[in-house]
Amino acid sequence: MMTNPGNKVTQGQFSFLPDLTDTQISAQIKYALKNHWAVSVEYTDDPHPRNTYWEMYGNPMFDLKDPAGILMEINNCRKAMPNMYVRVTAFDSTKGWEAPRMSFIVNRPPSEPGFRLVRQERDGRSQGYSIIPYATDRPEGERS
Amino acid sequence: MDAELLPDDAVVDLQAEFEASQVDEVMAKLDRELVGLKPVKTRIREIAALLLVDRLRRKFGISADTPTLHMNFTGNPGTGKTTVALRMAEILHRLGYVREGHVVSVTRDDLVGQYVGHTAPKTREVIKRAMGGVLFIDEAYYLYKPENERDYGQESIEILLQCMETNRDDLVVILAGYKDKMDRFFLSNPGMRSRIAHHIDFPDYRPDELESIAELMLAEQNYRLSPSAAGALSEYIPLRMSLPHFSNARSIRNALDRARLRQANRLFSQRGRHLTRLDLITIEEADIRGSRIFVEGKLEGEPEKLELA
Repeated sequence: MMTNPGNKVTQGQFSFLPDLTDTQISAQIKYALKNHWAVSVEYTDDPHPRNTYWEMYGNPMFDLKDPAGILMEINNCRKAMPNMYVRVTAFDSTKGWEAPRMSFIVNRPPSEPGFRLVRQERDGRSQGYSIIPYATDRPEGERS
Repeated sequence: MDAELLPDDAVVDLQAEFEASQVDEVMAKLDRELVGLKPVKTRIREIAALLLVDRLRRKFGISADTPTLHMNFTGNPGTGKTTVALRMAEILHRLGYVREGHVVSVTRDDLVGQYVGHTAPKTREVIKRAMGGVLFIDEAYYLYKPENERDYGQESIEILLQCMETNRDDLVVILAGYKDKMDRFFLSNPGMRSRIAHHIDFPDYRPDELESIAELMLAEQNYRLSPSAAGALSEYIPLRMSLPHFSNARSIRNALDRARLRQANRLFSQRGRHLTRLDLITIEEADIRGSRIFVEGKLEGEPEKLELA
């Protein structure tokens, strides 16, 4: 893709930037904790943009004061799932929001093959388009 | 951390550093609000000095491992272990040793799970919550129950030990408990003993210290003792100390609570009279003398006779 030279999946915050360092991740989490958002770590091997709900790694972490605990979980998750996408989500439970306020990827598989474009002929010569990630070509559990 | 290192011949001002850290303020508060506890205060002062000097050394680029500050407080009931632990977090925060300075106070229930596989996540969650601050484990000896070999407490201890070692920069663990029980706990967990650098013993209070504690407690709740009541209290304290189940400041607090009850009752029985502000805040001699220790020579709630098996 011309617009995405690194061929990186761009989802969530900071995804057009180079990968964040641990110090930068800590600083972002610190901001989330300062606002009393519950931070959780999630992972998936399916980078399709409509794949909203990723698997949770452990429980969401409430009542934390310091990012060190979350960074510890991130590193555990990276170690357990080195070939998957790992993201950090900060959930705001304030009434009226009740939604993730931050979400950014902290781990990517070593190679990101990107997406295949599928065209579909429809009635009246109209054309439908969809994308399929190459990463999900094989059935779940057999993907590396 | 990225600050420029000072040249070898530079001069630093320990006094300025001390004032900048505002530790003396916390220390003064400690001196004011905690009566006695000489060995405890000395150790806290030593720790503060070490951390300050360490900070100056870092300015010159002289490196040393961050000192371990895991602590163990032992002492009889009511000697101020919990109070000091809470204060400790503030001191360590001012000195920049912990980042947030909050205290997570837990007991066995918060750490140990109820079924297989429950303990590790539970303990980890508590540790994560305490990161950047102080983890205070009250009655820590309950963690280890030797009579039940399937007890999950041991698992919790192992996780704690691991975190105390690897996440030394992230949290300070303070254990507290009664002396004899803690000694037994460490005997069966030598790893725990060696990972804790500071074993601080809280001495029992002397009668005169208990008196000043009583005054502080009353002042906090906007009461005062009349001079004769103060005299009665100083007679009461040695009497109470000689009775069983004496738990230092806690016993004094209970005695004062009962004196407040009697004061209220006394005022209530003189309903016809108009009361002044002074009446409402003064505890009279009769309120102290009304204690069953003076009347019957024993405690409220104490069984008539201790049955010996």
